[in-house]
Amino acid sequence: MPKKTYRQAINEALRQEMERDHRVILMGEDISGGMGAPGEQDAWGGPLGVTKGIMPVFTRDRVLDTPITESAFIGAAAGAAATGLRPVAELMFVDFMGVCFDQIFNQAAKFKYMFGGKAVTPLTIRTMYGAGFRAASQHSQCLYPLFTHIPGLKVALPSNAYEAKGLLATAIRDDDPVMFFEHKAMYDDEAEVPDEAYTIPFGEANVTREGDDVTIIAFGRMVNFANEAADNLEKSGISCTVVDPRTTSPLDRDTILETCEETGRVVVVDEAHPRCNMATDIAAMCAQEIFGALKAPVKMVTGYHCPVPFSPALEDLYVPNAAKIEAAVREVAGKGH
Amino acid sequence: MQLSRDDLLEAYRKMRMIREFEDAVHEEFSAGNIPGFVHLYAGEEASGVGVCMHLDDRDAIASTHRGHGHCIAKNCDERAMMFEIFGRKEGLCGGKGGSMHIADMSKGMMGANGIVGGGPPLICGAALSAKYLKTGGVAIAFVGDGASNQGTTFESYNLAKVWNLPAIFVVEDNGYAESTASKWSVAGSQVDRAKGFGMPSYDVDGHDFFAVWEAAREAIERARNDGGPSLIHSRLNRYYGHFEGDAISYKAPGEIEKVKAEKDAIMLFRNRVSEAGLLDGPAMDAVDKACRERIAQVLAEAKAGAMPTEADLLTDVYTSAY
Repeated sequence: MPKKTYRQAINEALRQEMERDHRVILMGEDISGGMGAPGEQDAWGGPLGVTKGIMPVFTRDRVLDTPITESAFIGAAAGAAATGLRPVAELMFVDFMGVCFDQIFNQAAKFKYMFGGKAVTPLTIRTMYGAGFRAASQHSQCLYPLFTHIPGLKVALPSNAYEAKGLLATAIRDDDPVMFFEHKAMYDDEAEVPDEAYTIPFGEANVTREGDDVTIIAFGRMVNFANEAADNLEKSGISCTVVDPRTTSPLDRDTILETCEETGRVVVVDEAHPRCNMATDIAAMCAQEIFGALKAPVKMVTGYHCPVPFSPALEDLYVPNAAKIEAAVREVAGKGH
Repeated sequence: MQLSRDDLLEAYRKMRMIREFEDAVHEEFSAGNIPGFVHLYAGEEASGVGVCMHLDDRDAIASTHRGHGHCIAKNCDERAMMFEIFGRKEGLCGGKGGSMHIADMSKGMMGANGIVGGGPPLICGAALSAKYLKTGGVAIAFVGDGASNQGTTFESYNLAKVWNLPAIFVVEDNGYAESTASKWSVAGSQVDRAKGFGMPSYDVDGHDFFAVWEAAREAIERARNDGGPSLIHSRLNRYYGHFEGDAISYKAPGEIEKVKAEKDAIMLFRNRVSEAGLLDGPAMDAVDKACRERIAQVLAEAKAGAMPTEADLLTDVYTSAY
């Protein structure tokens, strides 16, 4: 199977879905680039080149560069979705939700319910998240817990290129609004990705490692660190199950609870700030549903309750990594390890 | 394009239906029979109807907090609307939306909106759909003078112009955003704002059905012919408070009574068509009677309607599997 980057996988999914359905259009700031400018057209393909090369194939009728106007174009994507198109809007950095959140959570997410079921809003919003890029406080947040909180939205967090292609195709074909989170530090990461189009269902977790001692639930980019930690721990005799939930909404509660119950020892890895995030959500779920099976307190490995810092020296402290996960696993594994 | 006798009767029927509907809701709310927040359109009928007379099912509108009139103008069923306002299961939105979210996508009515300024971006999207799918449709954002100061509205003016969308922004300026006077809160003027974005604009007396109808005709024709967006500043008055229960102490004594006596939209319409010999009094009186009876009937039915049950609480959150 060919190896492709996370960036290529996303680009390929967009092209294949656009070929499949003429109602799929793209919009966002500089997603092609050079609009109205005298120089090169398709100059950018998005700030990190993810949508590069799509406009020359599908024309500017289907790849719409927007002014810097998130409220208007995210809202327009919602309105277009409710009236017959299947837009894929790019919110360049999820941190920019601050200037368009109303259109996502008060409008798109609620149409279906408020209108008594008589609205369909097949909207996908692709957005970059995450720290590790020296991008500082307003370009590095995770924020998916905020969207996970909102009924009516679905939230996908692909952990590698294979996942990204399949989950994006599912998002675009889904009839509900989907927030699709791309970790900006993963665009060059490679994985085996089939050439043909495929989908990965939402709400079905992927168990990436199977072990007997500790269960690690990890989200997005953290899945890779959890796998690395599990492989290292295996050498010292601690075997871990690693679960990638793939989507935080819907959430595969069954797989999460079953795998946690099997080992009775749980580490949750979430890059988001530690309060009201996915880690607290999973910890609460374990306390409520499988309390009797727990052999140790649930341990959370997360970012900190501070804005994401700029200085590499500080940012490296902020972001969870394999070493922190290993330490947490050893702690819950208890004596004898 | 001219208004036929049937068109005039239909316009009159809608205006009267809105008035009867809103007066009935006002009375029922005062009696404590309607839950939640209700914002009434009485007094503004000529504006919504004057615009929507040009529209059909290809076309979309987004409304304001004050959405009942736009619903009726866009052919939503007044029976299902009344059920909705009473929170009944047979309501237009199954009782889940209520007055502030009343909508019917099948009629191109994209909802009243609980967020002031929530509608204009959505209308850019509906206009984009119409343009991309080549339906010939247009999309209308009704906004109040309050929403006219929101960033979403300005951004939408810009995007609609930059993308050359078949969108029309109708600023229904009833003089007050909640209790705050628009002559204080709005810097510059609505039409000058439109000019700043390169949009044709119209300043009309929103009590005058014919003035609204004529401006909307031109703006909508332009939009249908790929001529881009326009703005209509419709100056009018509301007869009731911002919300039901508002004592309206911020208005001058006699302010509403003066408007009712001199500029009532239905009165102006009747005078105009009578003087021009287009419709006669008895024909309009018959419409009045039919609307009154219809509203009395739907009101009685809505009050007796069944409530949604626990089985309805968790439905309609998602379309596909969750």
